[in-house]
Amino acid sequence: MDVSLSKVQLDIAKEARRFLDKECPTDYVRDMYEDERGFTDEIWGKMIEMDWMRVRIPETYGGIGMDQMDLIMVLEEMGRAVLPGPFFSTVLLAVEAIMEAGNDSQKERYLPGIAAGEIRGTLALHEPDGGADLGYIQMEARADGDGFVLDGTKISVPDAHVANFLVCAARTEPGNDLTQGITLFLVDLSADGVSVSLLPTMDGTRKLCAVDFKAVQVNPEAILGEPHKGWKHLSRILQRAQVGLCAECVGGAQRAMEIATEYAKIRVQFDQPIGAFQAIKHRCAQMYVEVESSRSILYWAAWAQDNGDPKEAAMAASVAKAYCSEAYTHVSTAGIQILGGTGFAWENEMQLYLKRAKANEQALGDPIYHREQVITLLTD
Amino acid sequence: MDFRFSPEQEAFREEFVSWLEKNLPDDWNPSRYRNYDSQEEWGRVYREFQRRLFNSGYTAMHYPKKYGGQGKTLMEEVIVSQTLFSTCTELRIPGVVTHGMAVPTIFTCGNEEQKREFLPKILDGTHIWCQGFSEPDAGSDVANVSTRAVKQNGHYIINGQKVWTSFAHLADYCILLVRTDPTVARHKGLSYFLLDMKLPGVEVRPMTQITGEAEFSELFFDDVRVPVEMRVGEEGQGWQIAITTLMFERVLGDAIMGAAYETNIQKMIEMASQTKRSGRPVIHDPIFRQQLAQAYIEVMVLKYHGLRSLSNQLKSKIPGPEGSIGKLLWSEPNQRITEAAIGMQGPNSQIMGSSPWTIQDGYWQYSFLRSKGNTIEAGSSEILRNIIGERVLGLPKDVSRAKRK
Repeated sequence: MDVSLSKVQLDIAKEARRFLDKECPTDYVRDMYEDERGFTDEIWGKMIEMDWMRVRIPETYGGIGMDQMDLIMVLEEMGRAVLPGPFFSTVLLAVEAIMEAGNDSQKERYLPGIAAGEIRGTLALHEPDGGADLGYIQMEARADGDGFVLDGTKISVPDAHVANFLVCAARTEPGNDLTQGITLFLVDLSADGVSVSLLPTMDGTRKLCAVDFKAVQVNPEAILGEPHKGWKHLSRILQRAQVGLCAECVGGAQRAMEIATEYAKIRVQFDQPIGAFQAIKHRCAQMYVEVESSRSILYWAAWAQDNGDPKEAAMAASVAKAYCSEAYTHVSTAGIQILGGTGFAWENEMQLYLKRAKANEQALGDPIYHREQVITLLTD
Repeated sequence: MDFRFSPEQEAFREEFVSWLEKNLPDDWNPSRYRNYDSQEEWGRVYREFQRRLFNSGYTAMHYPKKYGGQGKTLMEEVIVSQTLFSTCTELRIPGVVTHGMAVPTIFTCGNEEQKREFLPKILDGTHIWCQGFSEPDAGSDVANVSTRAVKQNGHYIINGQKVWTSFAHLADYCILLVRTDPTVARHKGLSYFLLDMKLPGVEVRPMTQITGEAEFSELFFDDVRVPVEMRVGEEGQGWQIAITTLMFERVLGDAIMGAAYETNIQKMIEMASQTKRSGRPVIHDPIFRQQLAQAYIEVMVLKYHGLRSLSNQLKSKIPGPEGSIGKLLWSEPNQRITEAAIGMQGPNSQIMGSSPWTIQDGYWQYSFLRSKGNTIEAGSSEILRNIIGERVLGLPKDVSRAKRK
């Protein structure tokens, strides 16, 4: 047993911190918050140079094949910087989907292009009627010759407006059975019948879209993974993405805690720094408790994706997603309270952390969903 | 990064588990949370079982052989302790202060004579120790200790009172924090002693606590003569010794609680399958499913945070700042978990004694009440948050406290 970071992992984090401090200061985040596209070609180009598009992709396809543990070093730093843009959707959703379920020719078609920074992808999962149920997939994919025709609407699709393709989960057999009838498709966003519209969202740092599919024809080569058994793939894809999101939460919560704590040391009221009052000090201490707890659970969850048995990997992902995302919300909420009126102001950065926290909490299964997963795994 | 124990450590665990199956006391019933009517009986069973562990080489795994330890690493100690606390917590409770505080204090800060005299007799089950820190006016403010020790002809004469002393009436010795110099700054006038409870002038008065048990006592000292040799460290080092040992032992304590609570979650799930609400087992009720899952999540936080702290301590030999939150990670969740557990029982939650309608021997009723002490004993949650705020995050002390020396 050795639950500590390696020199390599610490270096990955340090390098990412240096890059993001320089390239993604709060001013950039604010500009992108207001910007429809949500990122600049300039930073994207530099991220490509950092090899960040290649992190998960195996060497055969032009990548560097990092494991989940190394990747979360980068993601923690991205969360700390509240990095806007389509990194998460491309690398954590699209790449994971293709690596999990793709055949050789699909990998060949997409992965080198992503690795080189030429194309971007995302995942279309949620539907308007699904509520918080991650497993609600009713969009119809009708067999048509040897291909399929997709009809329906997906919402809360991250960064679809700047993606070239998406992985879409649809029903190829009717019913509610998750284990039967769901198929994943690779759909080019330029295909006839696909239209994308940006959603007006609470968190401007991560763009979400609605994607309409009107009689979109896909050929058999577009089927990703085993037909009708797509949930098996999807649940593993989601698990890794959930853990990735937890890393963002830990990095963001860490920074929100630092901002609040530093403020509590210099803001004087009633003749002393407010951090001297236990009412404030204890909230700061509780932030620390939740940040470090999140980090420990995150490490377990990340490690379990590559080293645990399937049940442990699933359990760890749900434990982490429920805990880390709520902790981030707690910490950023307390951050606003500690900063007082300052924290409530648009011009203060704390609001960016709260908004990202709330977005992350709801994304990829909310805490209630994941607690239900946990108890199901425990009692099955 | 590797969360798995090595094959050797796993083999050791299996070996110890099978030893334990064969060596649990015959009269100990695992389905009861309290098997012994009197504290004396409980103490006797603890001593016998401790001797059995000692004779088979399963005590103080990480301490040198010459003091009665096994000369292995902290990992083996963690494995033994976790196995014991996930299987038979009751058999270990009378020794919690002994092993959690007295042993590390004597080992880390005691002199050679003290180590040779006291450690072997603790480890073979002969002696139980208690801890005399708290006083009526020194609760969270431990440095306010006013029990006095005055040096006189090779002895210290001790007068004063301690309170909330666990298992004092069973104890043979006491680790004692007293004031030797009232003229210097509060923290600097304290000294640390090893006190023989049989000395004339030591009086023990048991206190009944919220559970109805008398786990704690008041201790009175009336001209108790303690030889100078029983002082640990130098005069005036008492505070430092008390704090250091608490820090070092934290990681092991947190690992033990994590193991015990994992067992509790299983017990809770069993209960939720048997108790009903709305005509179906509680385990199918969405609200209780959420509570059970949250309980499990908090225990996983305790477990994996504990492994991370342990790992850092094994590497760096000193506890890191992340270790400072461990106690908060078991004491506060335990209150939430036991509250959720009795919440699952409906009106039966009021039935605690022997009755056909008592659920799981009344374990959760007892645990719910006992857990209220968790956030008070061994550093209250408020004190721990002060420590985290000030020592880890670097927040200033409040003006009134900063002025006082």
